[in-house]
Parts: sequence; structure tokens; C-alpha cells
Amino acid sequence: MTYNERLQNVAVLGAAGKMGSGILLLTAVHMADLKLQNKDKTYVLYAIDVSDEALTGLIDYLRVQVRKMAEKKTVWLREMYADRSDLIENFDIIDEYINDVLKIVRPVTAIEAAYKSNLVFEAVNENRALKVKLFTQIRENNPDVWFFTNTSSVPIHLIDEEADLKGKVIGFHFYNPPAVQRLVELIKTDNTKQEVVDFAYEYAKNLKKIIVPSNDFAGFIGNGHFMRDGLHGIGEAEKLASEKNIPLYQAIYMINKITQEYLIRPMGIFQLMDYVGIDVMQFILNVMNPFVDDEDLHSNLLDKMMEQGVKGGQYSSGAQKDGFLKYEKGKPVAVWDIDKKEYVPIDSFKADADAMLGDIPETVVPWKATLKMKNKDEVFGKFYTDLKAAGTLGAEIAIRYGQRSKAIGEKLVADKVANNADDVNTVMLTGFYHAYGPVNNYFE
Amino acid sequence: MKKLRRKVYMAAGYNTISLGTGRKEFNPRKPRPGIEHYIKEAGQGVLSQIGGAGNVDESVIGNFMAGRFNKQGHLDGFIPMIDKGLAMKPAVRVEGACASGGLSLVTGIRQVLAETSEVVLSLGFEVQNTVKAIYGADILAMAGWYQNRKNGHAYFFPGQFSDRAGAYYEKYGYERTRKGMARWYANAIENARLDPTAQEYHNSNPDPYATALKMQPNGKFFVDHLTVLDCSKVSDAASGITICSEEGLERIGIAKKDAVEVVGFGHAVRDITEDPKDLTELETIKFAAHQALENAGITIDQLGTVETHDCFSIAGILAVEALGLAAKGEGADYVAEGKTGRNGELPFNTTGGLIGWGHPTGGTGVHQAVTIWQQLTGKAGDAQINISDDKPYGLTINMGGDDVTVTAIVFKRGE
Repeated sequence: MTYNERLQNVAVLGAAGKMGSGILLLTAVHMADLKLQNKDKTYVLYAIDVSDEALTGLIDYLRVQVRKMAEKKTVWLREMYADRSDLIENFDIIDEYINDVLKIVRPVTAIEAAYKSNLVFEAVNENRALKVKLFTQIRENNPDVWFFTNTSSVPIHLIDEEADLKGKVIGFHFYNPPAVQRLVELIKTDNTKQEVVDFAYEYAKNLKKIIVPSNDFAGFIGNGHFMRDGLHGIGEAEKLASEKNIPLYQAIYMINKITQEYLIRPMGIFQLMDYVGIDVMQFILNVMNPFVDDEDLHSNLLDKMMEQGVKGGQYSSGAQKDGFLKYEKGKPVAVWDIDKKEYVPIDSFKADADAMLGDIPETVVPWKATLKMKNKDEVFGKFYTDLKAAGTLGAEIAIRYGQRSKAIGEKLVADKVANNADDVNTVMLTGFYHAYGPVNNYFE
Repeated sequence: MKKLRRKVYMAAGYNTISLGTGRKEFNPRKPRPGIEHYIKEAGQGVLSQIGGAGNVDESVIGNFMAGRFNKQGHLDGFIPMIDKGLAMKPAVRVEGACASGGLSLVTGIRQVLAETSEVVLSLGFEVQNTVKAIYGADILAMAGWYQNRKNGHAYFFPGQFSDRAGAYYEKYGYERTRKGMARWYANAIENARLDPTAQEYHNSNPDPYATALKMQPNGKFFVDHLTVLDCSKVSDAASGITICSEEGLERIGIAKKDAVEVVGFGHAVRDITEDPKDLTELETIKFAAHQALENAGITIDQLGTVETHDCFSIAGILAVEALGLAAKGEGADYVAEGKTGRNGELPFNTTGGLIGWGHPTGGTGVHQAVTIWQQLTGKAGDAQINISDDKPYGLTINMGGDDVTVTAIVFKRGE
């Protein structure tokens, strides 16, 4: 079966979810583009989800997103529709393209739809038993199908063995949101068929994604780094609170500030945990922990937050839900007090907290300014040299954080999760939008 | 064309700001003023300088495509909205693509010449940030022949002028042409920074020439032979001016020295269904501009300033050649040498032109007249250039479509 033939019948499981809808969008658009170049062929993409309501919303999402994508490739579309004398203006052509993409998509709630597919993308909940159950059912009715799982933490070889897939499975881990983030972690097992791997590379290339191969260890590279980095942040906050005898919420604010401003990241570590979702983070840690012998990937603080029902995550609109931090117009304004179970406004302790951290050296640059910067290495080198000489509490914690982040990266290489330090850096640069990779020499 | 049978003046010009990317006030995600706002502001801006609506005999409003940008036709009906004193008086809407503003002017001039009016309110506007550029391109493409749309570029007009630029590069050399185009852009930005209503007024690029020279055309992202800096932007704006006889000037209480006299004009149209004969020549501009000079009885070396229709930088260069300031193929050098700059031999587009001030398609022709009126009467503020006694004339050239409709007007200060 050729690449093109395989993509003539595809299914996405969990198609209406956050990751699934993005995967569906990219795949639908790719298939529609193939259809435009192979007009005599039929392409079908089953959008399978348990929720009819969510599937209805999915169509609205597709319509909006496909329009945006079409507006960016109108020149190419005009060529593709050159033989259609009825389509004259960009208006006509873009509308027709949206229609052509939607024509491929079949929203359904029945898993049986996947029985005829050549390829199944899976983006259901991060629940190993559920994944195995669905794969087994499909495989029993469709023995030749390939499975691309979007799991961010479950080892692929376990899925392969438990669902008896005989190497016809691969980890194809998009980052959120799939339509925007260019990174894909590719996880093959010793058993994964080479033709599946070859297809995965070609598919990723056509979607203009950057592939980083990760080895098949729970959490892979992305979560392997982020989870440990997050736990370090929680640990630093707890340590700071007890050593300086300050409330934990104040320490959380301080660590969040350090990880954003001193480490020059797009957001602080507690904001990132809120963005991912405290529930998701706890879930992934629980998936990873049994596979790790030399450390305990667990946090009592996360458990407590979950008990108190403070979970973070996002609304379907993309707006941030409150978690460790409370948000107004996307900006943190208060921190959760785990003892009193209420949010404490940042303004009420900000001055004290900032004074404790001390002045940040003037050579600091905001993360946003680094996006188009050409001499990043020089700028960071200078700032971190100044930071090491600053002698403030903020500097001390930041340097320790940078060193820990590097150690996590190096351990991922030592444990053979990542093939090399460059891959770790690529994942953190492209998947997490860090301004520099964790494996660096700024903090020595 | 016959000599003008009576004296015609213009005075009391007014421009709204040109809103679009580049202006700090512009936020594509937030609601913006609609056509009513622009028509009203420009209209009232003129009326407040001429003693009110009671002094106006009739009005002309130029607009290209409100029917699609704003889903509104029947635009003359908006004239009495400006001021109740304009109700129960004649008003007419004129359209000739991007020359609609110029048509508003020459229509007013003819009304005064016909002695049906002594005072005419002439307006021009376009509000086109209502759609994304990719759809705006469809709407603007209606200035071409519809039968050419299917095979045209997604960005139809940039595509047309890209072909002109490509032909020019091939004939006369890429490097030297790009230098001229980069200088054209830099002049536009530097002039626009001196006019608070200009779209590029807030532009703070320390070296626009270097930026434009460095940027290379890339057909993969845009059109083959132009960069975005070679193009005018999408603008929302309106301009207004009074066109009147001597009697009218007295009625509105404006001294001749504060007005400009229309000493001659040209107006010509080329067959829209035919392709240009020579991509490196703007034949209608050449014809109409010379017609205007001849009608005014002056020569090119008596011009102190020119406002020309630089929807694209290449159109500016081709206009320099059409006027005869440089031989064919040497217009780019003429511009590159700084001769069209504000301190050059013949300053062009002294408030930024279409690339710098903005290009509210149906309003541009009127905006050009307002700039010339400001310059010749010493009202151009920071953008003021020196007008010497031996070169007292100003010229406007307004083009619709790909050199299809052109109006050209020669002005001098009233005396």
C-alpha cells in the first residue's frame, strides 16, 4: 500500500478532544490536498468521538481553522482549482476548499467506523487500559490497520503487547495545540515495523512538523523533562516557604517569577502547570512513576490541589482556568492558599516578595524579545554571568534551577530516553518554546 | 482640450487620518468607525472652513467599492447626513476605481465651468479594512476586467504591477530598478512622518531605504517582482475639498491666496478589455498629464511639486518617465538619485503619497488635491516644502485600474 493509498481511509479516535481535533484538522487538510492532486480517488476521514455535542462543535472548529489555512495558501489553491471556471474570486476558491475538506470528514460516535480504515490516530484520554481496549477491538476486526498513538506518557511497547498489534503501532506525539506547535515526538519500539516508521516520517514532513525521535520510556523526552522540572519548582517553593518562614503561596509566586523572568521562559513553572492542567500533570506522573526506579515522581502538593478541586486546564474557548494561580485576562493576579483554600491577591505581598528576591541584573531580556534575536547566546551568556555575580536570593534559586534543568536533560540522555542532548534541547525549544535548551553552560 | 472658460478654485481641504496597519490606533480585532464616520468627518471638516452647508450648491462623492467593502450603494444619499443644510440639493456619486476621487474633482470642476454651481463640495472615501487582504484583493480586482480575474494572481493588482516591474527589470536591469524602488519607498516614509494624518506617521524605522533594498521579492509568499513595501497599504480614510468659482470663493469668504486655482486639467480613459501595449509605459497617465500641462499652458519645468498615483513603487517610477522627467528606462535612476525627494529637483508626494500617506482607493484623488492646496498655500505644517516663484505649479495624477482611467490637474496659488 502506498503512502497515498493508506491515507485514503483514516480514523481519528477522540477526534473532538483538544488534541484530537487538531490532529483531525491537520489530517483532513492533508487528505484534501492529496484529493486535489488525485481527483479520481476517494478520501475518507472518520472523526470518532463519544460525544455528539463535541462532534458538532468540531465541525465549527474545522470550518474556522480551514478558512485560516486556506487564506494562507490561496495562490496554490488557485492553481489547484484552475480548471474550475465557476470559481473565480479568492472568496469562491476558499469557500470551495473548506467544503472539500469538510466533505472528507465523517463525524461518528461508532468505533466500528474504524474497521475499514488503513490508519488510526488515537487521541483519547491518557488511560492505558482504554487505549488497549479500543485498539484490540479494532485490530480484531481490521487486522492490517496501523495505529498512531498520541500518548505523551504510556510506553508504546506495552500497548503493542497488550493489544497484540505486532509492531503496527508507533508513538506520534503532537504538542498542544497540534495545528500550531511544530514539534512531534516519534516513539518507535524494537518491534515497530520499518514501513510504519517510514510512513510516519513522510506524514510529518508533509505536515511540516519537526520530528524528534524519543525512545520508549514513560514520559518520553517532553514530559520526561517537564514533569521533573515542575516537581523541582514545587520542591523549591516548599523549601523557600519553610526556610524563610513565609506562606507557601508567596513562595509559589516567587518561584513562578524566577522561572519566567530569570530563566527567560514564556511562562513561569506554576503557570505552565496550570496551562497543562494539574489533573493532567498528576495523571502523567502516575503513569510514569511505576517505570522509574531511582526517583519518586510524585507530589503531595498536587494531590492536595486535586483534593481541593483546583485543577487548572483550559476552557474550550482556550481561556485559562484558575489553578495554582488565578487569572484575569490571561494574567496571574492571585495565588491559591492551600491552608485557607482561597486565592490571595498578588498585590498584597508582591512588594515584600520582590524585595526578598533582590534586583534582577539590568542585562535581563524579556522572553518575547528573544524570539527574533540573532545573538541570543551572547545575550544570555552576559545575563547569566551577571546573575551569578548578583548574590541575591533570586539569583541563587535561578542558578540552582538552571543547573537542575540541565541535569534532568542530561539524565534523559544517560537513561537513553533521548538519543542526544540536542534532541532534548530541540524538544524544549520547539515544544515548550524555551529561549534556550536546558543542556547549556550558562549556569556552571 | 479647450481652455477653461472661467476661473475655478479649490480651497478648504480636509483629510481624516488614514487608518490601517501602521497607525497606533489600528487594531484589526477591535471595531472601527464605519463609512458614516469618515464621510461626516471629511464633509464637516470642509464645511467648517467655508461658512457652513448653506454656501454649498451641490456635492460630489467619489468612492470605488462600498458596495462590497461595506455592503452599501446609493452613496449620494449620505451627503445630507453630513449636514442638514445639504438636503434638497443635488449630489452625485462617481466611480472610476482608484480614480474615483479624481473623478469627484473633475466632476466638480465641470459643474463650476457649466455654471450650474458656484460652490461644490467634493469628497472621496474608502473604508476597506472590513475584510482581510486576501478578500480585499477580490474586491479591488474589480478595477480590472472581470474576464481577466480567473487567470490573475490571488493578489490581482499587485500581480498586474508585478508584471510591469518584472518587464522593467528585464529591459533595464534589476539592481538599478530596485534601488529606485527602495528610494521611492524611503521618500514615502520620510514624507509621511511629517503629516500627522498619514498612515505611516508612526513609522520609526531608522533606515527605510536599507530595509526596502534588503527585502527581495518572493513569488512563493507574495508576487514575483514586488515586495510588500512596494505596495500601498489597505486604508480607511476620507478627504474633502471645496471647488468654486470666483463668485463662490467670495461667498465662502476665503481669500484667493488661501486657495489654489485650477489652471488646467486632463482626463482620459483606456479600453479596460485590452492589455497595456507596453508594460513599461503608463500611456494613459502620459496622455492625461500632458493634456493637463497643455491645457494649463505650462511646461514640466514650471512644476514645483507633483502628487502621483504610487499604488506601487513601480507606478511612481513609470509616472516619472510618463511625465518626461527621465527617458524610458531611466526613471528608476532619476528616483534613486533623490530627484523626487522632498529636497530634490521636483518633490513628489510630499505627504507620503499612496505608499506613505495611505490609499483609501476612492478617496485618494481628493487627498492629492488637498496636499497640493496645502503646499501651494503654505498650510502643509511640518511637511511644508519651499515653492519658488519660478516653479509655482502643482500637479496631481490619479489613476484607476491598470492605467485605465486617469485624471490630472494643474494648480497654482490664487492671486
